[in-house]
Amino acid sequence: MPEARDWLVEELQRRGVSRRDFLGFCGVMTTVLALPRTAGAKIAQAIEAKEKPTLVWLEFQDCAGNTESFLRAGRPTVADIVLETLSVDYHETIMAAAGHQAEEALAKVVAEKPGGYIAVVEGSIPTGANGAYCTIGGRAAIDIAREVCGGAAATIAIGTCAAFGGLPAAAPNPTGALSVADAVPGVKNLINLPACPANAENLVGTIVYYLTFNRFPPLDRHRRPLFAYGKSIHDNCERRAHYDGGQYVEAWGDEGHRTGYCLYKMGCKGPVTYQNCPNVGWNEGTNWPIGCGHPCIGCAEPDFWDKMTPFYTHLAGFPGFGKHSNVDKVGMWATAGVAAAFAAHGFVQLGKRWKHKELEHQQVYQSPANSNAEPAEKAIKETEEGDQA
Amino acid sequence: MTHIVVDPVTRIEGHLRIEAEVDGGQVSDAWSSSTMFRGVEIILKGHDPRDAWAFTQRICGVCTTVHAITSIRAVENAIGAEPPPNARILRNLIMASQMVQDHVVHFYHLHALDWVDIVSALSADPAATANLAQSISDWPLSSRSYFTSIRNRVAAFVERGQLGPFGNAYWGHSAYRLPPEANLLAVAHYLEALDWQREFIKIHAILGGKNPHLQSFLVGGMATPVDPDKQASLNMTSISAMRKLIQQARTFVEQVYIPDLLAVASFYKDWAGYGAGVGNYLVYGEYPETDGDGAPLYLPSGVIRNRDLSQVEPLDPAKITEYVTHSWFEYDGGDDQGLPPAQGETQPNYTGPEPPYERLNTDGKYSWLKSPRYDNLPMEVGPLARMLVAYAAGHPRVQEVVGYALGQLGVGPEALFSTLGRVAARGLETLVLAEKLEGWLDELADNMGRGDLRIHDNSKWDPKSWPKDCTGAGFHEAPRGALGHWVHIVDGEIANYQCVVPSTWNAGPRDAMGQPGPYEAAIVGNPVADPEKPLEILRTVHSFDPCMACGVHVLDPQGNELMKVRVQ
Repeated sequence: MPEARDWLVEELQRRGVSRRDFLGFCGVMTTVLALPRTAGAKIAQAIEAKEKPTLVWLEFQDCAGNTESFLRAGRPTVADIVLETLSVDYHETIMAAAGHQAEEALAKVVAEKPGGYIAVVEGSIPTGANGAYCTIGGRAAIDIAREVCGGAAATIAIGTCAAFGGLPAAAPNPTGALSVADAVPGVKNLINLPACPANAENLVGTIVYYLTFNRFPPLDRHRRPLFAYGKSIHDNCERRAHYDGGQYVEAWGDEGHRTGYCLYKMGCKGPVTYQNCPNVGWNEGTNWPIGCGHPCIGCAEPDFWDKMTPFYTHLAGFPGFGKHSNVDKVGMWATAGVAAAFAAHGFVQLGKRWKHKELEHQQVYQSPANSNAEPAEKAIKETEEGDQA
Repeated sequence: MTHIVVDPVTRIEGHLRIEAEVDGGQVSDAWSSSTMFRGVEIILKGHDPRDAWAFTQRICGVCTTVHAITSIRAVENAIGAEPPPNARILRNLIMASQMVQDHVVHFYHLHALDWVDIVSALSADPAATANLAQSISDWPLSSRSYFTSIRNRVAAFVERGQLGPFGNAYWGHSAYRLPPEANLLAVAHYLEALDWQREFIKIHAILGGKNPHLQSFLVGGMATPVDPDKQASLNMTSISAMRKLIQQARTFVEQVYIPDLLAVASFYKDWAGYGAGVGNYLVYGEYPETDGDGAPLYLPSGVIRNRDLSQVEPLDPAKITEYVTHSWFEYDGGDDQGLPPAQGETQPNYTGPEPPYERLNTDGKYSWLKSPRYDNLPMEVGPLARMLVAYAAGHPRVQEVVGYALGQLGVGPEALFSTLGRVAARGLETLVLAEKLEGWLDELADNMGRGDLRIHDNSKWDPKSWPKDCTGAGFHEAPRGALGHWVHIVDGEIANYQCVVPSTWNAGPRDAMGQPGPYEAAIVGNPVADPEKPLEILRTVHSFDPCMACGVHVLDPQGNELMKVRVQ
């Protein structure tokens, strides 16, 4: 068997990918990961040097949207190589084996590589009907999750359903659906990559980060990597100047809509949503939702189906927007922390269906501090107070 | 007699379990079970109906447009919104490009490995592979050196010893029949199609911001502004980009997918004798060519009974009922009756077995899917149903391409009623729609050029403009078949929501009369050379392109009136 480094070089040549292209890819990854420019060379070395780490991908109460997103990953040939850099030993949607042969492949990883593989979980995990709302090979999803994630070096909860419960856990949560964090207590090295679906760039970015630095990226209190979820949509939005300038879309297809004005009044949740959509785009940077004229729906945030709906009702009640305001004041609020103001006041108006859901995420995970933690916590507290009032 | 279980059925969307009895090397009986339930319709209650498309869209991330489209149609039908022509065209572009992309991915990435032995490709002669490739297509990636590089790549992958998703499969099974060169050709195109799907679906990013889960749908129209003179709208730059993507997609379908399909099929003609299933076909129809109710549809609606191509019956939604006799639900009036969606009920009733389990109780309830019936008959929906109805109804282009394929394979129309026919119909539909896409793009550009920039019916956006109590239905032909949503709106909120979904029709269990569903019927009679490796069962199940997350749904005791089919 050739050395891994040789294998990769040969592989690149076989596929007509020059070393320059490959280093270019690593450069893109440094941008996605917000690393110093010199990190590109280090990423290249790391990818070349590693044996293929084993990855298993579990699907529970899912729509396969994250799997599909995964298939759209990266710059074609080079990203393909990164995928081949991993040994994906179990993934129901793409694997050739079926039935008990498929389950044997999973059991083999769990038995032979304890603590030595990465688990990716897509979809929420139901607890109702004694687990009968989702079974695979006759086994309940929660049993599979506890066994497989329990033995993993790290678990990546991809998509909002796995990260936060998502759609199945939306009120009234008919099947008792849980996130990975809640279904597998004490799971080690859990990384949440929410969004509906998660952006392939962020999955690839997380894996490359791990391979490069041999550690996991710093996370926010929702266990989301800061490199992808550290700033709000609003902070980096290409339409931000129109927000600051008080230029808003008033009706679908109007002059402002066609010109690319701010979608705040049409219900945009960009100010309270933390993700890098405006920076990296979707489908290899082709576009993103606001770029095609539709508001952000907040899909990377916990409980967004309950808290961000109605989607077309705008965030309300933040200071500096109303009959007493003017463009200068709006601009002042923009510079003085609009996200905090939105977070503190916006949720109170929305999410009437959201009734005192247990907020385990907030209580359990108080890890690395980041700038968005406090306002969001305050907002949740105020919402709870509002509900009680 | 051997009882076999395939769970999970892989290379599908969602969670499917097949149990089968094998007797004398043939399947003598089969049961199809969906093993996942979420309850999306329950969650929808009380929400703003303008949000429903985003909720229902998440039923499926593979056919990521279909529930969104159907939902906005249902709500528009309820509130009386009338999307302008540009919205219809944008939707046609989105729907048809979904169909084309989804079908290609199904053929190469979900289904091909049932027919193609990757390990055998290692022993292929690249020069002979090049000859084969050049004899069936003008596709430029067909040189000896190209196939040498592909073979070496696969060899290096295998040598490394980590087979990943290709491990533990049925390689070397006696039912694999392609020569090594055809296997190598197919492996090359498996890899090319991975790149192709990622590239082509950028059309959805242009039209919907992202894929999966496009985000440009609106009740009453679309959120994508069109204006040839604006940078933030669909403009001539976007049209040009889409035109290029469409042309590339069409070339791939014409020069890779269709030649591969016919080449592979020519080695498996015996599969025209297996997998027919129920022999009844139902189609709602799709791709409105004009606006408003009763617009002509590019692919027609209709019903075919008992494989009789001489007659296409008009569709009557009032003949749809659903059974729960063998589903984990119960009806107040007893589980042996079939209820129309108008009087539908749903109370989940899980009767076991308790997980972990070895066997389902197939005499009792055994699936999270209900059993839809049309005039009390099981119906197959999907590409084969659509091509058969169009063929029998005299659709000129469909007749032409079906006739061409039958001629190439040297078989008659009766060969269509089979596993092979289902695979072929999906490819032919892809061709017909790939050809159609550019015309819609021209229509959009023409409208923009004439200054028609309307994308939305603003008159019905405000819920105050809606009736206090209204109901609506939306219908769509999803890649996997006929899809319907029903919505009941009271005081601007969803009072009830129902979906009747393609995979429910195809994958549902037996009904009260004991009639098996289309999967179950199609598997019976399939050969099984090795019960430990039931490759043949996968062939037939995969030929339907299962999408189980879509199939599971809930009806409410306060059901709605069924309305006439409206596609827009």
